[in-house]
Amino acid sequence: MSKISVIIKREYLTRVRKKSFIIMTILAPLLMASIFVLLPVLMLSGERDDKKIAVIIDGSEIFREECIGAIPDTKAEKFVYLQDVDINDMVKTFGAAGYYGVLYISPEALNTPLLYSKKQPPSGLTEHISRNLKNRIEKNKLQEHNIRNLDSILMQIRTSVEVNTTLVDETGKLTETSTDVAMIFAYLGGFLMYMLVFIFGSQVMRGVIEEKTSRVVEVIVSSVKPIELMMGKVIGIALVGLTQFMIWVILLVGAVGVVQSTVLSKTNTEIMQSLPQDIMAGNQQVSEAVKSAEVSPELMEISEAFDNVMNLNWPLILLSFVFYFITGYLLYASVFAAIGSAVDNETETQQFMLPVTIPIIIGLLVAMGTMQNPESSIAFWFSMIPLTSPIVMMARIPFGVPYWQLAVSMALMVVTFIAFVWMAAKVYRTGILMYGKKTSWKELWKWLRYSG
Amino acid sequence: MSLFEARNITKQFGSLTALDKVSISVPEQCIYGLLGPNGAGKTTLIRIINQITGPDTGELFLNGKKLMPDDVHSIGYLPEERGLYKKMKVGEQALYFAQLKGLSKTEAMRRLKYWFRKLDIVDWWGKKVEELSKGMQQKVQFITTVLHEPKLIIFDEPFTGFDPVNANIIKNEILFLRERGATIIFSTHNMGSVEELCDNITLIDKAKTILEGSVNEIRRKWAANEYDFIFRGNVKIEENSLYKILSQKSENDKTAIRLSTKEEITSNDILNTVLNAGNLISFNPALPSMNEIFIRVVESRN
Repeated sequence: MSKISVIIKREYLTRVRKKSFIIMTILAPLLMASIFVLLPVLMLSGERDDKKIAVIIDGSEIFREECIGAIPDTKAEKFVYLQDVDINDMVKTFGAAGYYGVLYISPEALNTPLLYSKKQPPSGLTEHISRNLKNRIEKNKLQEHNIRNLDSILMQIRTSVEVNTTLVDETGKLTETSTDVAMIFAYLGGFLMYMLVFIFGSQVMRGVIEEKTSRVVEVIVSSVKPIELMMGKVIGIALVGLTQFMIWVILLVGAVGVVQSTVLSKTNTEIMQSLPQDIMAGNQQVSEAVKSAEVSPELMEISEAFDNVMNLNWPLILLSFVFYFITGYLLYASVFAAIGSAVDNETETQQFMLPVTIPIIIGLLVAMGTMQNPESSIAFWFSMIPLTSPIVMMARIPFGVPYWQLAVSMALMVVTFIAFVWMAAKVYRTGILMYGKKTSWKELWKWLRYSG
Repeated sequence: MSLFEARNITKQFGSLTALDKVSISVPEQCIYGLLGPNGAGKTTLIRIINQITGPDTGELFLNGKKLMPDDVHSIGYLPEERGLYKKMKVGEQALYFAQLKGLSKTEAMRRLKYWFRKLDIVDWWGKKVEELSKGMQQKVQFITTVLHEPKLIIFDEPFTGFDPVNANIIKNEILFLRERGATIIFSTHNMGSVEELCDNITLIDKAKTILEGSVNEIRRKWAANEYDFIFRGNVKIEENSLYKILSQKSENDKTAIRLSTKEEITSNDILNTVLNAGNLISFNPALPSMNEIFIRVVESRN
């Protein structure tokens, strides 16, 4: 067995056998899932402290009657319509009277109602008020035109428009997609890349510092070349990361399978059961039949979302992810290894960490912006620059990226990571044997130019 | 024939010269002392021998052939700055180091069993390194250094951290390794152990070789004009034109005196003048300790 594989094996096994690895591998997806599930629940439950809001309407009797009940109660807020109360008194006393705030509506300033409160009201509340008040005012204005059957006309014209996106490739094949789904996976891809590069990159750094401070490194480099030790560690930890990633993919595929077989088969059978009698009524009505079948709309939505998820270019996404993880990780991990070699303990890493962290953070920020406009020039350039491209490109891929761009980005990535590994190895070789001196950037530059 | 040779090794770190045309020649089955004050360049030379760093100029030979990367399998190195992975188990770790030196797992296992039994540490096999005392860790490190039966072994301060009993065990193991054919380079500040163990030495100071040769020869050379006398009783002698008194001490009804003379004066001349002083019970040419030689040589350069 060659020496580098002995090193890789040790680095891999000592980490994979750790309890913390096993716990993290199982816990991380659960944690992620629970955040996605719990966060909305928590946000809703947080609203359950009943707020009473006094509504005072000024102006004529007719105006008042028109406005009463304009703003319906929500889960969190109750609107109490008060009559014959002076607004100036109320503003002074509403707190003592148990109200959260006072809403003042007057015909003179109809478009700018006033909301008095002790605390800055949440945006949900102000939006709720303005939306409902606007509807009521519009309705009132319409009513002034004395249109017959106004209510039923209004019901009839109520519409909701949703854009269904379909991709067309060169062969004319159509694929139904969803922008929301693409966004979710762009976000997940970019964020996961950021997390993995950071977590495993800093593991490399800690490993190097451990070897240096425990003074084990000099014994090892008398048997193997420093670059073999460095790459052995980097590759070993990369394999740990890939192992974890594979386990997550398997868990995810398993979970998707379970959901599909339970939830979706139910919708399908429900649709099938409702079909036969409608088919008699002719083809045209089949779609109507499906709609009228007793399939709950939530299930339909889930089923549709699943189709959209499945319609993403998964082989491309997964392969790019693995590619960008490996190269991006190698790039950053080698820099982290060089930093680890230059310091005597972890607290000294601060001064070197900042310049390394900044491109990663920029990458993450650009990736988040990318979701609004994946074709923008900022998204393009940052998906080409190797320091940010792993994160930004992963955010772009679900929206579709021209193959030439992908090729250029990957080629740049390969060239850069090789250059970075080479430079890092030079710093590392000198750094691991230096003790007790506080290292500066100038020093690192000097090490870079030392001969073998 | 020398087993290892370094010729005209020069190494620079930026503007700092760590080694300036240093040559050493280590005879086979010799214990070779590499001495020098802190920062003299010893560690750099040792690292060059181990091919951890390369020299700027100069050549290295092992067994008469140019030193090659694969020769690390024939060299064992116990660095001064040494350590083990704290969280790893002792046995696993020893196996790991053995494999890095090119041993197969089964062969490494067989040899480790022998050495663990020999140094009486079998019980530690499954323990984590952090549970061991420093001396215990040193024993494990000693084993990993010699396990692959290297022809050339480099020990940098091998006795630090050992109690006298264990230091003696390790000393005997080093002598045993030499008997079985190994050649040893031994770097230390402990001059007592140099006198005890080393056949030859090189003294490096400020990147240059300033003294080299066999220990006995060097001591004799530096002793040329000094003599030790021991008289019975409390004796006092006066300085004269023949000799200078370096020290004079009376203790337990005995007096020890050390004199230094000029080159042209023989021991007989001195004996003739000193004998009258009292009852002489011993007379020796004084051999300075390696410690004294070390200090004198290094200080004379400053």
